[in-house]
Amino acid sequence: MEDPRHRLSTAAMAAFVADGFLRFDALIPEPLNRAALEEMKALAPGKLRRTLHGLGGRAGRLDRGIESQESPESLTPLEACYPAPSALGAVLRFPAVAGIIESLVGANPAFDHDFIHHIPAGAPRGQHLHVDAVLEPAGQAFDIQLFYFPTAVAPGGGGTRFVPGSHLRRARAEGIARYQHVLGEQHYSGPAGTLLVFHQGLWHAGQPNPSAEDRWMYKLRLNPREPQQRLWNTADLAALHNSPRDHSFAYPGSDTVAQRLRRMAPWQRGHEGRYEQMQRAALWRYLTGDLTYDVDFYQTRKRVREGVLEEEQP
Amino acid sequence: MHQQLLYLWLAESALDAEVVAWALYDGAKGKGQALPAAKGPDAPPYATALAALEDGWCLFQAPQAGTPVGPDGASLGELQFQFIFERRVAIAP
Repeated sequence: MEDPRHRLSTAAMAAFVADGFLRFDALIPEPLNRAALEEMKALAPGKLRRTLHGLGGRAGRLDRGIESQESPESLTPLEACYPAPSALGAVLRFPAVAGIIESLVGANPAFDHDFIHHIPAGAPRGQHLHVDAVLEPAGQAFDIQLFYFPTAVAPGGGGTRFVPGSHLRRARAEGIARYQHVLGEQHYSGPAGTLLVFHQGLWHAGQPNPSAEDRWMYKLRLNPREPQQRLWNTADLAALHNSPRDHSFAYPGSDTVAQRLRRMAPWQRGHEGRYEQMQRAALWRYLTGDLTYDVDFYQTRKRVREGVLEEEQP
Repeated sequence: MHQQLLYLWLAESALDAEVVAWALYDGAKGKGQALPAAKGPDAPPYATALAALEDGWCLFQAPQAGTPVGPDGASLGELQFQFIFERRVAIAP
């Protein structure tokens, strides 16, 4: 049954834990895409000027409020960002978008920062592969980054490059720059109004745009202000959430979260994938609050040894 | 002499393991021998590092042994099994 709050399903959350991203094609309807694009064009110069001012360490005050819509400050609750009649605000409060945000970081997360990424037609240079996280929290809490494309992006049209499944690796921001090709990486292309949602740790890079069309993208980072536990539509959680007995080398379940978390990206070959799987299981423990959750018995075996678990009859 | 550097990241530490990522930095600016045609749009130029050796690449750097695994598994960072190869290209002045 469709959730009236448009929250994600357990299956979608498991896909996010495994892949580090979710993709929603043509989620935003066309009239709103056009209005958002116009607002992005109006906001872009001011955002760029402020960023250059900050990064350049320049003295003096910046003018504020010269754009048609004021850009939010960091720490602003999302619900107070881009008030009506802002088109970007309408995108962020669009029911399906609000449901995705609520599922991952709560209904009213903190605005971290946003930026308007404009890659003009014919732009020859792309970014190196990088990660935005810069530092990783000690636990499993995570930020999300929304990538909203108000216009269609053709293959080779400057769509973002990203590496599915890379989000749980801890890397320096540009330590990963030398990876020119990774098996299974994607170069985004898709219809107008598409939204990508990334875990903060996902490896990605802007691309050259040899096409004849400018590429516009709105990127927003959000910080959760509450524990990210069971915030999605959990109606199907009991059916999919597996017990610690779900074990590939004994009796693996079918159609369980564990089955989804075992599915590796093409670059995650061989036994190394087991370490990825353990990281995913740890993130699922955080999201569900089930400290006994496991995939393929790695943590459970340890608990048995430590005497935490009594021998049980199946 | 101009150096071509080929980075291959493998699924395991063995040189005959599968290539999962790759990069070429060509100091010869395309004047040396080209990489073999990939067997698909997303396929690596060599299926294994051994295939690169067989094609004349010389091993330049091999990875150190991996860090020990802790009680919560391995700490995952950059790709673990990075091999760097070189070829030297003579270019007439």
